[in-house]
Amino acid sequence: MKWLCLTFVLFMSNAFAVVDGYQYQFENAELQARFDQLANDLRCPKCQNQNLADSHAQVAADLRKQLYQQIEAGKDDQQILDYMVERYGDFVLYRPRVNTMTYVLWFGPALLGVVALLTFIVIVVRRRKNTAEAAVQELDDAQRDRLNALLQDNKND
Amino acid sequence: MKRALLFIPFGIFIVLGFFLWKGLYLDPKDVPSALVGKTFPAFDLPDLMSEQRYQQNLMTGKVQLVNVWGTWCVSCKIEHPYLVQKAAEGVSVIGISYKDDDEAARRWLNDLGNPYAAVVVDAEGLLALDLGVTGAPETFIVDANGIIRYKFTGVITAANWAVIAEQMKLAEQAL
Repeated sequence: MKWLCLTFVLFMSNAFAVVDGYQYQFENAELQARFDQLANDLRCPKCQNQNLADSHAQVAADLRKQLYQQIEAGKDDQQILDYMVERYGDFVLYRPRVNTMTYVLWFGPALLGVVALLTFIVIVVRRRKNTAEAAVQELDDAQRDRLNALLQDNKND
Repeated sequence: MKRALLFIPFGIFIVLGFFLWKGLYLDPKDVPSALVGKTFPAFDLPDLMSEQRYQQNLMTGKVQLVNVWGTWCVSCKIEHPYLVQKAAEGVSVIGISYKDDDEAARRWLNDLGNPYAAVVVDAEGLLALDLGVTGAPETFIVDANGIIRYKFTGVITAANWAVIAEQMKLAEQAL
């Protein structure tokens, strides 16, 4: 358990390390947290699968600087995200916006989950009904005699 | 009815397979530019060759190529001779010197030829950020009204010039 916790903490701290982060220190812990969060949620436009925090690309460095300056200037998260999307498109958002383009992305999994749950319930209900029907079938006298004979037979072996 | 239901997973497999197969041939680097259809961003930056300053109106009047380049960019060196050739054929090209040393940029144009009708110095790279530039070379097609029509990422060569020519023609016709 201790190791699990330690690993978890290590992974967490890793996620919040920003390249050249020493250049971007805030007086205010809340601003610092926002900077780290945004740098992690924004994708580097030059790289395929790195966020701004993670990337050594020139453009990522420029955008980190922008991010820092805009937070210092008192812009809120929405304004900063708008600034990025205006220039680099939805590509830069690791947390895609909810719109007609992304409905499938946002609600598809939940919909699939509901379908799966319904299917599961239907199957379980059906099976329960079948076993219930099977249980009420009783043996007639001839069958009971045969069953006893078979059991007796088995015992003699 | 029961029978038909058995084919549902197969159907899902076929649909999924089709999209995955299509995905194999998509270029993940081909990111659509957010600026296509928008006006060229406002700027006020110096000329590389003189004391003059340029503003947004540099980008209006006719269909032009706007080429983002730097002497630090190896691909730009490959692209350069072709731009010189195209400029000689009458294509109007505006250069944006992206985060570069002015002296080195001037030397480069002196030695290799200057295809640019004007070179805007973007030392801080802020205009490039406004343009959504991710690296160099990148080339925009801007129409006579100063609206960005197309963005090309990478080296322009004889092999892909047809795409640029086609888009320039479209930009001409759109007016």
